[in-house]
Amino acid sequence: MNYRMIKYILGWILVFEAFFLIIPGITAVVYGEKALVSILITIAVCLVTGGLLIIKKPSNTELYSREGFVIVSLSWIVLSLFGALPFTLSGVIPRYIDALFETVSGFTTTGASILPEVESLPKSLIMWRSFTHWVGGMGVLVFLMAFLPLSGGQNIHIMKAESPGPSVSKLVPRVRTTALILYSIYFVLTFLQFLFLLFGGMPVFDSINTALATAGTGGFGIKNDSLGSYSPYLQNVTTVFMLLFSINFTSYYLIITKKIKEAFNREVRTFLIIVAASIGIITFNVHDMFGTVGEALRHVSFSVASIISTTGFSTADFDLWPELSRTILVLLMFIGACAGSTGGGIKVSRIIILFKSLSKELQMMIHPKQIKKITMDSKTVEHETVRAVNSFIVCYILIFVLSVMAISVDNHDLITNFTAVAAAINNIGPGLAMVGPTQNFAFFSPISKTVLIFDMLAGRLELFPMLLLLNRATWKK
Amino acid sequence: MNIIVVGCGKVGQTLAVQLNNDGNNITVIDLNADKVSEVTDRHDIMGVVGNGATHTVQQEAGIKNADLLIAVTSSDELNLLCCLIAKMAGNCQTIARVRSPQYSSEAQFLKDELGLAMIINPEYASAAEIARILRFPSAIKIDTFAKGQVELLKFRLPEDSPIVGMAVKDIMMKLKCDVLICTIERDGEAYIAKGDSVFRERDIISLVASPKKANDFFNKIKYKTRSVRDVMIVGGGEITHYLADILLKSDIAVKVIEKDKEKCEEMCVSLPDVTVIHGDAVDQGVLMEEGLDKAGAFVALTNLDEENILLSLFAKNKNKGKLIAKINRIEFDDVVSQLDLDTVIYPRHLTSESIVRYVRAMKNTIGSNVETLYIVIKDKVEASEFIVRENCAITGVPLGELKFKDNVLVAAILRDRKVIIPHGGDIIRPGDAVVIVSEIMALHDITDVLR
Repeated sequence: MNYRMIKYILGWILVFEAFFLIIPGITAVVYGEKALVSILITIAVCLVTGGLLIIKKPSNTELYSREGFVIVSLSWIVLSLFGALPFTLSGVIPRYIDALFETVSGFTTTGASILPEVESLPKSLIMWRSFTHWVGGMGVLVFLMAFLPLSGGQNIHIMKAESPGPSVSKLVPRVRTTALILYSIYFVLTFLQFLFLLFGGMPVFDSINTALATAGTGGFGIKNDSLGSYSPYLQNVTTVFMLLFSINFTSYYLIITKKIKEAFNREVRTFLIIVAASIGIITFNVHDMFGTVGEALRHVSFSVASIISTTGFSTADFDLWPELSRTILVLLMFIGACAGSTGGGIKVSRIIILFKSLSKELQMMIHPKQIKKITMDSKTVEHETVRAVNSFIVCYILIFVLSVMAISVDNHDLITNFTAVAAAINNIGPGLAMVGPTQNFAFFSPISKTVLIFDMLAGRLELFPMLLLLNRATWKK
Repeated sequence: MNIIVVGCGKVGQTLAVQLNNDGNNITVIDLNADKVSEVTDRHDIMGVVGNGATHTVQQEAGIKNADLLIAVTSSDELNLLCCLIAKMAGNCQTIARVRSPQYSSEAQFLKDELGLAMIINPEYASAAEIARILRFPSAIKIDTFAKGQVELLKFRLPEDSPIVGMAVKDIMMKLKCDVLICTIERDGEAYIAKGDSVFRERDIISLVASPKKANDFFNKIKYKTRSVRDVMIVGGGEITHYLADILLKSDIAVKVIEKDKEKCEEMCVSLPDVTVIHGDAVDQGVLMEEGLDKAGAFVALTNLDEENILLSLFAKNKNKGKLIAKINRIEFDDVVSQLDLDTVIYPRHLTSESIVRYVRAMKNTIGSNVETLYIVIKDKVEASEFIVRENCAITGVPLGELKFKDNVLVAAILRDRKVIIPHGGDIIRPGDAVVIVSEIMALHDITDVLR
């Protein structure tokens, strides 16, 4: 284990975090808020700690798979631990565990909040919450790789550990160029949404925050009723962008390079079909709760996009909808977005591989000696990938069940516990019942919050990095 | 540059890594997913799994934006096909490895008609390298610059050499020889020679000089340089075919020992002037009977690395002449180098080295201007030849006044077909060819050596 290199990269993470904090810092100056002091203190702490760690570049820069996993999980933990400081230092969220919950929820693009109302928050801290979504969405280490010339080709291990999806491939030969391309697409899309919102009459501050939170598929709102009070146009723009951000970014690169056919691959097509089907069924199910079918369609498509993209914005309280609609929404929580997007969940491509391997198993029972390979987009899915998907699912269920059990100690009802864990591990935000779209997570005990913090991190990093951190063999020589 | 390497065998991997370290964007293609991930997991290289000779796979690897495609799979036909398709699909140069003698004799035709930039034949390259060494057997390795006018020689200092214990600058004063000592290798460590470096026995020294001056130097330090008149070769493979052909042309007698009767007969027909012995070289009796002790040089070219090493070690005991062993596997080169085998030839190194050399020359047109490049000591010291352009920062100032980076040597200047071994007062002029020996890898421009 190359501890020096791990320390070195963690140091850089803190330096980058100090730079990220400049954005809320500027907001605080613009609005003349007292929270500026707490932000400046945090910047200083980050710079000093990070600076001490990066003074000496290690001579051995070799990174292997296990260092990649450890770096990624530790980076996210460190990032959250320091990122929570402004909330506590400014006294907005007095208890550190709550601040940490809020920050982890931000970086992992979950959007679950412990705040009963957000409108009274200093604007700078609202900005910080939204910005954590943006950084967390594409991944902070991807950001690091785009701008920090780390030596060696072993960065791919870091990228693999941080990027969502069953298999990670580069767009171009260099990791650094790949990271830059991804961030450029990300930035352009975010900016587009900002413009659409701005020209739709949304105030500048609101537009920036909503665009940042949508881009990361996060879901921290800046109003108590999330996006409920904005005009139908603004809601529709957000619906479209939530869906755009939950599509594999490779597809956008393929579109830019004029490979339209490849861009609409099996995963994207399946994703769009699931979205359309869910909207259809739910709209039919709830249309008499709204004035017109058009209005129903708007709220339903917003909710479906919000849930499947794992954003977690809301315009209507879907907790009040009929049982069928609520169940479909819960199912969508698990499916999640496409691999390689900023969304969470199990990921559509994993679901496809899962179903294909299931049908293969059935086929094998009929023809025990048949040789069959799983293919996707007429390419063979490597056995390794299939195996990884299977173990991912097992792992997922295990963590899920254990977490539900752990937080049930608080003695809330099953739907609350079940959907709270689902909302955390899939990085969505709101669940049903006591954690529904109009509620918050403040009532959980500190231990339950810690469990949910772990779930959010595990969900964002796709389970294995966090589990490896707890595995003793990882730390052995 | 964007380069696609088809075939992820040993040569493909070495190439990909080396070209990647030079700052090129590399994509590798191989049918075997494990082979691909072996490279992509360790280096910043993109991998595509599939048949490199298909249009779809090449497209996926980005043939449209590629500047060069190098096909080094194990099959000649596949390599040629890859290059053909690449020519059609994109607008790039192509290099193919073609090793079968049937095609090799038509290399020029293939190259011209199929529009290839380069055809590399590892066996022929090895044979040429061995022949070069046999012509000047005192050296471990010889590279040539400026079309043979300057040589970079590597040799091992014998125990009884008069220059043992002397410093580099004293030798220059005493011998009045126009040679430049470049590097000294000792106990597996290598460094660029400085004025006060002292020679010890068994050091491996490399020097730059014109061929004539080099001979002078060897005479003055009483280093025996006798030319080889007859060679004993073990193993009758392809390298042997090429080698025997080259050697016979320069009037060196060739004796080949091969244990396969059919191969013996084939060689008899194709190379009638060679003395072909049917026998197993592992049998010491056969070797002695055929006069191992009296042979001018002994070359071990069997297909087994172990056998080549053992044969060389055995020959070292019996024969005072030149010994050369071919080794296929490059993984253990540092272990092999400790064995004191005289000269070792790695066909795979030669292949990747000559391709890397070509790629760097190709970059010429895009910024860098390296003419030729040699690896003096792997991953440590390189020698590169530059053509100095007008208005270059290095011209017009005496060398002694230029501020060079550490461990950089201006080893030779070529002007009007004359070799100048530079001293502090010499001045580089535009149009000169300059040989730089340095520890800086992948120099792009001659000004890179300045602080």
